[in-house]
Amino acid sequence: MNAPLQAAPLTAKEFKSATKPVWCPGCGDYSVLAAITKALAALGLRPENVAVVSGIGCSSRIPAYTSCYGFHGVHGRSLAAATGLKVARPELTVLVASGDGDGYSIGGNHFLHACRRNVDLTYIVMDNHVYGMTKGQPSPTTEPDWSSKLSPGGTGLREFHPLVIALASGANFIARAFSGDPNGTAALIEQAVRHPGFSFVEVLSPCVTFRPEQRAWKERARAAPVGPTDDPARAARRLMTDDGFNIGVLFEGKRPPYGVATAHAKTAPAALAASFELGEDRA
Amino acid sequence: MTKKPPQPEGAYADFMARAYAMELEAVERYAQFADQLEGHNNREVAELFRKLSEVEALHAKRILGAMGWPSLPALPVAYAWDTVEAPETAPFDSLHYLMQPYHALQIALQCEVRALRYFEDIADGKAPRAVREAAAEMAGEEREHVKLIRDWMKKVPKPPADWDRDPDPPRTSE
Repeated sequence: MNAPLQAAPLTAKEFKSATKPVWCPGCGDYSVLAAITKALAALGLRPENVAVVSGIGCSSRIPAYTSCYGFHGVHGRSLAAATGLKVARPELTVLVASGDGDGYSIGGNHFLHACRRNVDLTYIVMDNHVYGMTKGQPSPTTEPDWSSKLSPGGTGLREFHPLVIALASGANFIARAFSGDPNGTAALIEQAVRHPGFSFVEVLSPCVTFRPEQRAWKERARAAPVGPTDDPARAARRLMTDDGFNIGVLFEGKRPPYGVATAHAKTAPAALAASFELGEDRA
Repeated sequence: MTKKPPQPEGAYADFMARAYAMELEAVERYAQFADQLEGHNNREVAELFRKLSEVEALHAKRILGAMGWPSLPALPVAYAWDTVEAPETAPFDSLHYLMQPYHALQIALQCEVRALRYFEDIADGKAPRAVREAAAEMAGEEREHVKLIRDWMKKVPKPPADWDRDPDPPRTSE
């Protein structure tokens, strides 16, 4: 018998679609797209076995720019759609792309419960501390004193701390990346995909149009001084005290992911559907 | 680049594979920059980046030819550089939608200078002789490129101080 043909590993380029991104020149999201495609190639995956799900915003355009299956969903609901997909099709690798507005404001509640459920997803949030697509409104991670024409003098509101929230809500893997280092970001995404359960990668991704001062993030971003921990208490202490520029894996939990093996369904979906059908005498 | 006789696998082949990967990354990045500027209707700079991408592709092809590799070699892991990216790769955030050809050449010059230093360091280091010789040869080529780009920059207009002033900026929301 002939040996089965083995498909050659794909390159990062083969995970890109023919659609050209329309982000502003210099946007950090270009780098994140490159990192995602590099990570998928390094993982030896094939586009037909990967789904990229997103919501609304600049970052959420990513599914169209990959050759994987994509779902460009409604605002803030990317995690809900991705959870459904992963539970129904556990063999797929499901990545979720979002931004700080889509993921932490409109989709904030889904974020909490996705962390809690611990479904095996990789959630990549491109955080630029601003709503870029709608022309520069403050987002949940915007600094309280960031003054703009739309928020003169700043909002005065304390920023949301996504990594701490993720940890407290039960995320199984937490990392922070910087788009200025696309290869490092690729390596973190690769680790996130490999880690079972809900993996959260926050990528600092400057908005060069509405927050041009974020170009200076490259001077602040540096490797986290200590390696990851699996101790939530230790991780909480680190996350609460860091300045938001420590890059690397910050928490690697050991919770078993939610899945078919841990979901104790007693009734097959078909039987359940049949139980809802109306008989002729009841129609 | 002169064609080398068949070489044993090892440091030399690894070095050449790495040099090849470096060129490929530059090819890809310049092409991405061209796409970005085309998308924003800055055609002059887009065209220049496209040209730079083609030039780097020629270098990559020459390395393949010099090594006699019939197809792509087993490249080192893409993110195995000591630096954030390969020395000849321009950072993603280098662009501005109003940038001019002079700026594009400034970016290219920085990349070539970084590549020159990379090869010079290897040529002056403690690598095996074959590697040092190849690195010295490549450093010579990069030196030539630095000069070419500097000459090119003299031929394009230097941008005025307010080159990034946009009378209809994207940040007006009122």
